[in-house]
Amino acid sequence: MLIIKNLKAEIDGKAILKGISLEVKAGEIHAIMGPNGSGKSTLAAVLAGREFVNVTEGSVTYFGKNLLEMPAEERSKEGIFLGFQYPIEIPGVSMVNFMKTAVNEHRKYKGLEPLSASDFLKLMREKKELVEIDSKLANRSVNEGFSGGEKKKNEIFQMAMLEPKLAILDETDSGLDIDALRIVANGVNKLKRPDTSAIVITHYQRLLDYIIPDVVHVLYDGRIVKTSGRELALEIEEKGYDWIKKEVDKKDLS
Amino acid sequence: MSNQPERSERYYNLYKENIRRISDKSSPYINSFRENAIAEFNKLGIPTKKNESYRYTNLDTFFNHEYKSYFMPTASDFKKAEEFRCDVTDLDAHGLVLLNGFYPTVNDKPRQLPGGIWIGSMTEAAGKFEDQIHKHYNKYINGNSDGLVHLNTAMASDGVFIYIPEGVVLNKPIQIINLVQSDEDIFCQHRSLIVAEKNSNATVIICDHTLSPNKFLTNGVTEIFVGENAHFEIIRVQNEHNNAGKITHTFMHQERNSFASSNNITLHGGLVRNSTHHFLGGEGAECNSYGLYLADKWQHVDNFVNVDHAFPNCTSNQLFKGVLDDMATGAFNGRIYVHRDAQGTVAYQKNNNILLTDDARMDTKPQLEIYADDVKCSHGATVGQLDDDALFYLQSRGINKREARLMLMFGFAHEVIQNIKVEALRDRMDNLVMQRLKGELSRCAFCMVKCG
Amino acid sequence: MPAWANLKIPAIDYQDIIFYAAPKQKASYDNIDDIDPELKKTFDKLGIPLEEQKHLSGVAVDAVMDSVSVKTTFRETLAESGIIFCSFSDAVKEYPDLVRRYMGTVVPYTDNFFASLNSAVFSDGSFCYIPKGVRCPMELSTYFRINSANTGQFERTLLVADEEAYVSYLEGCTAPMRDENQLHAAIVEIIAENNAEVKYSTVQNWYPGDKDGKGGIFNFVTKRGLCRGENSKISWTQIETGSAITWKYPSCILRGDNSTGEFYSVAVTNHYQQADTGTKMIHIGKNTKSTIVSKGISAGHGQNSYRGLVKVLKNATGARNFSQCDSLLLGNQCGAHTFPYIEVDNQTAIVEHEATTSKIGEDQIFYCNQRGISTQDAIGLIVNGYAREVINKLPMEFAVEAQKLLQISLEGSVG
Repeated sequence: MLIIKNLKAEIDGKAILKGISLEVKAGEIHAIMGPNGSGKSTLAAVLAGREFVNVTEGSVTYFGKNLLEMPAEERSKEGIFLGFQYPIEIPGVSMVNFMKTAVNEHRKYKGLEPLSASDFLKLMREKKELVEIDSKLANRSVNEGFSGGEKKKNEIFQMAMLEPKLAILDETDSGLDIDALRIVANGVNKLKRPDTSAIVITHYQRLLDYIIPDVVHVLYDGRIVKTSGRELALEIEEKGYDWIKKEVDKKDLS
Repeated sequence: MSNQPERSERYYNLYKENIRRISDKSSPYINSFRENAIAEFNKLGIPTKKNESYRYTNLDTFFNHEYKSYFMPTASDFKKAEEFRCDVTDLDAHGLVLLNGFYPTVNDKPRQLPGGIWIGSMTEAAGKFEDQIHKHYNKYINGNSDGLVHLNTAMASDGVFIYIPEGVVLNKPIQIINLVQSDEDIFCQHRSLIVAEKNSNATVIICDHTLSPNKFLTNGVTEIFVGENAHFEIIRVQNEHNNAGKITHTFMHQERNSFASSNNITLHGGLVRNSTHHFLGGEGAECNSYGLYLADKWQHVDNFVNVDHAFPNCTSNQLFKGVLDDMATGAFNGRIYVHRDAQGTVAYQKNNNILLTDDARMDTKPQLEIYADDVKCSHGATVGQLDDDALFYLQSRGINKREARLMLMFGFAHEVIQNIKVEALRDRMDNLVMQRLKGELSRCAFCMVKCG
Repeated sequence: MPAWANLKIPAIDYQDIIFYAAPKQKASYDNIDDIDPELKKTFDKLGIPLEEQKHLSGVAVDAVMDSVSVKTTFRETLAESGIIFCSFSDAVKEYPDLVRRYMGTVVPYTDNFFASLNSAVFSDGSFCYIPKGVRCPMELSTYFRINSANTGQFERTLLVADEEAYVSYLEGCTAPMRDENQLHAAIVEIIAENNAEVKYSTVQNWYPGDKDGKGGIFNFVTKRGLCRGENSKISWTQIETGSAITWKYPSCILRGDNSTGEFYSVAVTNHYQQADTGTKMIHIGKNTKSTIVSKGISAGHGQNSYRGLVKVLKNATGARNFSQCDSLLLGNQCGAHTFPYIEVDNQTAIVEHEATTSKIGEDQIFYCNQRGISTQDAIGLIVNGYAREVINKLPMEFAVEAQKLLQISLEGSVG
């Protein structure tokens, strides 16, 4: 599904990603962990098509297509969904209008007719229930005045609406209490189908108790320094990141 | 002192040429203000950019033009206006059509609405509602230093008078469709008065349209009295052509515990200058002043707002937003003035602007003048572009860039529109704004006049 | 006389002002110990004891009394790194080329009424030149004092930071109590070349008049900096506690690409003091940035206005400004006003202005009272907290003094 090869990227001339290679197959859940500043969110930004990140080397292939050439909205319509670490507040734009536009753009891309207003509202209702989002939120402006937890739930709700093939969840667990975390994780699990994949970016392993990854990568200083099964997350939970940092730094010295 | 005395003199000459004709039509009471007003005008002149409150607006192109006639309605003019009468309406409102700001007095009777509401011409009201005119006419423009207000007092011959008696609640809005139409380039001035008595509740919508391509200049003054505990809203939708100059002065006087709101929505127009003065003249009064301006080409829109907190425990809220495209220019002058004894004042002011091109320009001047200490006041102004992060967020959900930009601009504008309480009107406004942003709006898309 | 400021200025009889009054004992200032003991006392009070400077804080001082420079310390030490720091009169004699090249280039004599007056009558002041690549090793300082009765002070400061240079400059002002009003109409010009940085800090404590508004200095000052070079930076910090009337707008002309202008201000008006102060940020070059933080504090019958202009010219692509102008009101006879002007002629610019006005928090005072702190001290604490963002921009030696000054000038503001 997704093949990243030797990806290097910089922001304002500063190298952030220093050669990342990674393959996500259909149906897999990959967790990317790492200390702050290791480049996790930058990787998510590159995959979703943020322009301020400058890719200097490497390739990203998504279903055989060159992902890096696609504008952000096309990636979305091709089935890539980014759950933002900090969802943006957009005053004056209602959630309904926002989602309706997005859903219908997706449908148009697939050659489908736009949904009628009533079908759309019905869909909204179903998905709201699925992710246990308060229906009042849907009547407000996009993320405006939402609490941290509400914003994250809203991201999952949008994911439910857009049914992506590859979901990239950037620190979706940060700032959530245990109940919200459970709701968010349940949402992700319910939306998971055998042919869809997810990249879960997180600092802590807490979320991985709920969303069970097939593979865990540790990102440090712009490189994937360790790849293993789920047990790696548990080891990090127990021992923190220092031991990995030390291992890497030692290797760099020698 | 005016810096272009010869220009001001032209308007003084216009006064001299027309004053007999004007006075003949008006009531003695209204005439009694004319002499002082023209003297005041001679002192102040037509404002120039040296005048602090016109710092960012150049009136030259409209005031230096030779207009063919000074417009005062005649019977034949009104016959023309009658032709535009049309009762087909999508908006459920008490509608009436004015010509160049004047009430059609020829075939049309004044309107009596349920509850004793009266809508008619100022001239007629001067006889019928003598008490009201004496009580309110020219009472709320006190000490105004704008020469154009005095020019209006000196010369305006007619306009609309609306009377909403004590305790009357209007269940649907009054819509005034203000057509500007003439085969000649004209300058017109009209003067209106709205009296909303104690405990009344009413909404007035004024839609400004131009129907012929001639060059027009309008200088209108509206005084509004909002009685104790009354609830009054006025919405002005401006949709005139690029060759039209529109100068409006609105003076709103509020008594204690009243609520009033004003919303100036400028969709189109060559030169637009709206000055809105809110006087909170009683304890516990609350006012909202909103504005939205969408300008392109060479258009210029200037909003001047003054909120005067003269009594304790009043609340005010200003929100003005603008999107400027092409070579359009915008100006905002907002002031909150809190008098010494106006303790417990809460006053907010916000002006946000988006520049879409390199040639668009915005000047903004939000001001606070505060002489009381127990106050909560804040203001903010921004000039910038659409938020890149928001744009990306929309794109990342599959919405294309053009659509995303449109949505953001719409959302930006909607923050003003959402304050319109009448739901049908709010939806229509949203609609109009969307059309305007898409560049599809030509003119009057929703008024009851189906003029093609 | 400009009339646009929100000030009530009594008529000034310019014929009545002595435009030049040289301190009488000037000749005997060979030794630092010979300085007028009264003056030294004021220095000590201001926290910049001339004598100890050499050994302790390392601040070079040029003292200007009644517009005449009386003593410049550290001149020799500074000269070692090529820095010129001397009285204006010496500079005219010794460095005529530099003076000629820079003087009047930022504030022309036609600029405004008071600038013209100054240009016509100024007698002395300070001159400072930091050569290419030099980081001035110590804080430079000018200390101003109006001493004689009926005197106007019309000094002039010219500060030039050549390429890659850095300097931090302090200015302190005091005047003894006099019943009549005195006039201070100074000019400060700053020029920053490529990559140069100038920090200019003022602690202004001119005599504010008595509690009934009698006497005090009229402080009508024109201060302006020109970021001439790329990546240059000029930062103004001012603590304005004195003067009967303050009229000043330290400004930055951001001509060089990527240049930065900053303005941090605390202005206090108590009793019958009036202040109309703020800044102008003129964005001419590309990617120019400016920050404005203004904190007004009004007490008694004081009137305090912020007046500022942020102007983005057509070619100033990527210009960015943020302004925050807050006002704090203590008492119900005072006033706080905000008059920002924002003029934007470039679509890529982002300009933001925010302002709030509010009363000092009664619950905060009560909280302090409950912990045993007097209301007076509580106000001092709260006001200092409120002004912290600006005070923190001052060099250490002045920050402590500024805090004390704030407290002193608000004494008796709440009864």
